Amino acid sequence: MAHAEAHADEHHYTATGIDNKKLAIWTFIGSECMFFASLIGVYLTYKGRDVSGPKPHAEWLDKAGVLQEQMLEIPLVTFGTALLLFSSFFVVLALNGAQRGNRKQLIGWLVATIFCGVFFVGMQVYEFSHFAHRGMGYTTNLFASTFYTLTGFHGTHVTLGLLWLISVLVVALRGKLPPEKALNLEMAALYWHFVDVVWIVIFPVVYLIR
Amino acid sequence: MATTAIDHAPAHTHEHTGLWSWITTVDHKRIGILYGATAFFFFLVGGLEALVIRLQLMGPNKTLVSPDTYNQLFTMHGTTMIFLGVMPLSAMFFNYLIPLQLGARDVAFPRLNAFSYWVFLLGGILINVSWFTGHAPNGGWFGYANLTTKQFSPGPNIDFWTVGLQVLGVASLAAAVNFFVTTVNLRAPGMKMMHMPMFVWMSFITQILLLLSFPIITVALILLMIDRTFGTSFFVPTGGGDPILWQHLFWLFGHPEVYILILPSFGIISEILPVFSRKPLFGYAAMVFSGAFIAFVGFGVWAHHMFATGMGPFADAFFSLATMIIAIPTGVKIFNWIGTIWGGKVDFKTPMLFAIGFIAMFIMGGLSGVMHASPPADLQQTDTYFIVAHFHYVLFGGAIFAISGGAYFWWPKMFGKMLDEGLGKLHFWLMLIAFNLTFFPMHILGLNGMPRRVYTYSAESNFELLNKLETIGALLLGFSFLVFLYNIIKTWRTPQPPVGADPWNAATLEWSIPSPPQHFNYPTLPQVHGRDALWELKARHGGPLPEPQRVAEDAVLMPNPSWKPLVAAIGVTVTLGGFIGGSHLWVHVAGVAILLYGIYAWAFEPAFPEHH
Amino acid sequence: MATDALHAEHSHPGWQTYLKVAVVLFALTALEVWAYEIVHRHQPAALASLLEPVVVEVLLILSAFKFALVAMFYMHLKMDGKLLTAIFSFSLLLAAVIVVALMVVMHYLWSHAPTVNPLK
Repeated sequence: MAHAEAHADEHHYTATGIDNKKLAIWTFIGSECMFFASLIGVYLTYKGRDVSGPKPHAEWLDKAGVLQEQMLEIPLVTFGTALLLFSSFFVVLALNGAQRGNRKQLIGWLVATIFCGVFFVGMQVYEFSHFAHRGMGYTTNLFASTFYTLTGFHGTHVTLGLLWLISVLVVALRGKLPPEKALNLEMAALYWHFVDVVWIVIFPVVYLIR
Repeated sequence: MATTAIDHAPAHTHEHTGLWSWITTVDHKRIGILYGATAFFFFLVGGLEALVIRLQLMGPNKTLVSPDTYNQLFTMHGTTMIFLGVMPLSAMFFNYLIPLQLGARDVAFPRLNAFSYWVFLLGGILINVSWFTGHAPNGGWFGYANLTTKQFSPGPNIDFWTVGLQVLGVASLAAAVNFFVTTVNLRAPGMKMMHMPMFVWMSFITQILLLLSFPIITVALILLMIDRTFGTSFFVPTGGGDPILWQHLFWLFGHPEVYILILPSFGIISEILPVFSRKPLFGYAAMVFSGAFIAFVGFGVWAHHMFATGMGPFADAFFSLATMIIAIPTGVKIFNWIGTIWGGKVDFKTPMLFAIGFIAMFIMGGLSGVMHASPPADLQQTDTYFIVAHFHYVLFGGAIFAISGGAYFWWPKMFGKMLDEGLGKLHFWLMLIAFNLTFFPMHILGLNGMPRRVYTYSAESNFELLNKLETIGALLLGFSFLVFLYNIIKTWRTPQPPVGADPWNAATLEWSIPSPPQHFNYPTLPQVHGRDALWELKARHGGPLPEPQRVAEDAVLMPNPSWKPLVAAIGVTVTLGGFIGGSHLWVHVAGVAILLYGIYAWAFEPAFPEHH
Repeated sequence: MATDALHAEHSHPGWQTYLKVAVVLFALTALEVWAYEIVHRHQPAALASLLEPVVVEVLLILSAFKFALVAMFYMHLKMDGKLLTAIFSFSLLLAAVIVVALMVVMHYLWSHAPTVNPLK
């Protein structure tokens, strides 16, 4: 019976040359596409079918009969969008540092990434509480429910990504992220970029298209 | 085929036994056996539920169970058979066979594999616990909103269903990622994609379906859960929502799910037929592409479940045509199976009988399926026993026949013993006759107007005779599984000479290693040059291969056992379980804490023993 | 062969490329918001009346560009194996089809099918 030569490091053999973990995270991302597609699909399908206000892009009458401004606030969310875009840029620099064994570059940019991510989540918490203050609770109308659910699940993904990145940062700070283990950061980074591209879709679809 | 005493050689120095070794196992073969045993148990539970339904329907105006209990019975029968019976029985074959047929030592992520099993087990228990509270799910396996919204289902019944299916979804998704990566990456050196055994191909396509369709049902379940828990209006018409959207989301998942249930069985059949016809599978490439085509088009046919909702002529026409198109690749497969048998030296062993039974029964189920692909015909047949007949012909006549055949075929590989051939044949013939006695009359009852999901019928309806026949058939069907159970116990208890590596003279790699395989499957990774790798080797060797020798269990470094996947699985179940009967914050917090502990402990423990 | 692929994976571009991409991403986002503001405030009027009929398409195209840039450069799809690109592209394609299909079937139902709309 013909046998392959026993590899010195058989545990890293893969038929495609792509690391198992990397292929797994991409497979998971592919699956997540369908998760967000369903949420976005529900949001868009129900868009404009509310029985009462508030409205995302038009003035509306509240229960007291007072005319209110449109719900969505573009400057605030543009700031958050920029934060998320920059965090994607920063984490790619951190990964570059990890792969080249440049500890300073790795930790510095990773901290910057986490900083941006925390501010994005903060922006969303502020936005939600501000909207609630302006009279849009979770069950107020269909727009409120679909909006909070879609952006809320995105925010949850950002928070999980942050938890992951912080864990990698702690490992890196302990000096346990040498270049040959950079894949551990790359997986977190891929997930982080995915969360970013989802926002790249949500930003125009929810906030900019009327 | 001479078997040597080597199978009894005391080389098992590192083979661990005992309960703890099963709880911490990350070995794909053991996890496969756990899946199989658990799923068979749930299958029997679902079967008992079906028997109660049949006893209730044995005559007109019977009151064996109340209407509400009846609702719970048919809901749990469907949910159990689909999510806790057929899917995990397929998962047993994924687990046991995919690494073996690929020539790999384990799956890509052994601990994730254990996690999948534990989440499945806990999810199955969670749904079934509802029986003991007296509030089992009662909204049908499809959970149609707005019947299932708070207004019409105020009890916790539906919560068990929404939460339980979400938990089971986590298990399926984790397993799907794992088997996708395993299939792509852990093929033995030289095994190209178009060399893979057909079972691996069909399973691979199933994983893609799981990955792409489960997120959709997850979102639907989350939205329904939020509607019920927090009072939103996603599916509540008074708030602007539309229950029809639930149906679209559900069947967007639900139809690919049908192929998730049947494609692994296509794979099993495609392994059994060539071995017992002594011929390679006919039209390998056509089989692969028709499987992929079925899966792909399967995403564009979901609304044929919804013709009765009145979607409008354009939508009706589109989904009707797309559904009929699926009959083409399915026909290709059936002709290829017949082509495989054609001109072969057919050996009618038990697995082969089940495989042939599968083809015949599945054709009947397929034909009735094409009938209600046409909206006008469907409007007559929908919600009647005709539909019940149809999907039992594809799911029982299809999937369960194939899975039973697979069990007889791979039993010697899994346990090193042959199941009794006589009892196997008895099992097959009983099952074939009882199955047709149970489900064929349903076609007639359905066309005569007997509605589904109604707990009784009147004496004037003339439904009694056929219903009596069906109930007798169902009891016989239950008995056929007792024969199977007896066969298992008898085989377990009776000593047998060791079965050898290759009792069927089979074509694929798993038959080149001892039965049962050692922990690491292959002492050295096999080198593959084409399809039917083992037949190829035997042909080159000019006859049967010498019996493979067992080697020392510590010859290959294998992953550490771990209990962390179980902890993480408990975390997932508790977190989501907090949504039963409203949202319980402290349960969520406790669940998340357990989950985080499990994940961190898992991430920072060494996967492999330290290098010596 | 496996080692070749591993080498290919590590030949990711340097920070100059990443910075260029970041600048473009930022500029495209600014364009998006600008397009929104033009239509929203209807100023400048000439540009607004030109943009208004196509603003949805413009925004979607800009967003698709940003998406592609992040996927190709930051997620390294341009450099890494074709298999990963295939997985992501196929999922995205199906995801887009699902979004559109949901909207189409439901709006078709509400506008054409003979059902009673509780809102009307």
